[in-house]
Amino acid sequence: MNFTPDIRLFSCHYTSQQSCTEAGNELQQLGFPENIRICRVPCTGKLQEITLLKAFEDGADGVYVVGCPADACHNIKGSQRAAKRVAAVKQALVELAVEPERVAMYHLDRGLHPEFINIAREMNERIRRLGPSPF
Amino acid sequence: MIVAERKPLAEILDMVKECKKILVLACRGCVTVCSAGGEREAEILASLLRLGLKKNGRRAEVIEGSLVRQCDKEYIDAIDQWQGRYDAILSTACGVGVNFIANLRPADHVYPALNTTFLGGSAEQGVWREQCAGCGNCILHLTGGLCPVARCAKSLMNGPCGGSVNGRCEINQEVDCVWQMIYDRMGRLGRLEEMRIASPIRDWSASGHGGPRKQTRGDLTL
Repeated sequence: MNFTPDIRLFSCHYTSQQSCTEAGNELQQLGFPENIRICRVPCTGKLQEITLLKAFEDGADGVYVVGCPADACHNIKGSQRAAKRVAAVKQALVELAVEPERVAMYHLDRGLHPEFINIAREMNERIRRLGPSPF
Repeated sequence: MIVAERKPLAEILDMVKECKKILVLACRGCVTVCSAGGEREAEILASLLRLGLKKNGRRAEVIEGSLVRQCDKEYIDAIDQWQGRYDAILSTACGVGVNFIANLRPADHVYPALNTTFLGGSAEQGVWREQCAGCGNCILHLTGGLCPVARCAKSLMNGPCGGSVNGRCEINQEVDCVWQMIYDRMGRLGRLEEMRIASPIRDWSASGHGGPRKQTRGDLTL
């Protein structure tokens, strides 16, 4: 199936700080999928369930959050809070009989490193395999 | 406060499956405090409804609103502001709120988004515990302030029973035996002697077993 998923990434300011260097071109050069839209937030702890749900309402096929390591968040518990909110949305997707894998939480060290690109590709591949959102 | 929790989405979606315009109506009272039916939860539910209805191939407009409370007539009257914009109200209030809308708006379809669970309080962040059964005849002065009606699985008036082991209830090892707590507390307060007095057979007529209860304050009526 020729399907390019619409994926939204909500990323912590610290984790994704390299994404806006060199006019944002560095990510593309490293192979970050172009169909993933990045929304940087001061802290993933700021994210609410409704923010993630609105992304699905807005047409996203997959949504994921990248925040600091759970035990090393710049704001102490921000990424732990984000993980719980992602889990709540995951549970809601289960209730709606939709694949919970369409939403995910990742914890990464600060700065740009291969894992940031790897999980983007992983998410892209996963959503591509699941197909378009049923919403 | 009154504690509640959201019903399963499948149940809610089935309730409103034929509706074309849905008003998800939050209550800014108890259910806001227990994070079940305040503005934030109503916004989330409205979003989930839109997603769920769309997935099920149904088209409906879902809007959100909120009232100060849904258990007073003057606030229910404020629903007029959404007149014409809904054909059903999905209330995120407790059961009292749903009843009030049904009582006062005879032409409106109203559905409950929550299961009203108990009268309780916040034990810690994200955890609520039942503390009161609303039985209409408090005996807390006899039990050091701890309620055996709500907190004893058998609502015993003379406890603990033989199922109390190491301060836990036989129904569940995670449940404290409230009679053990009462005994310990009365001891700390120097009131242990009071526990030698057997409570008589309780009159449950005030607890609602005789039908719905009503109370009137003549000094407040118009």
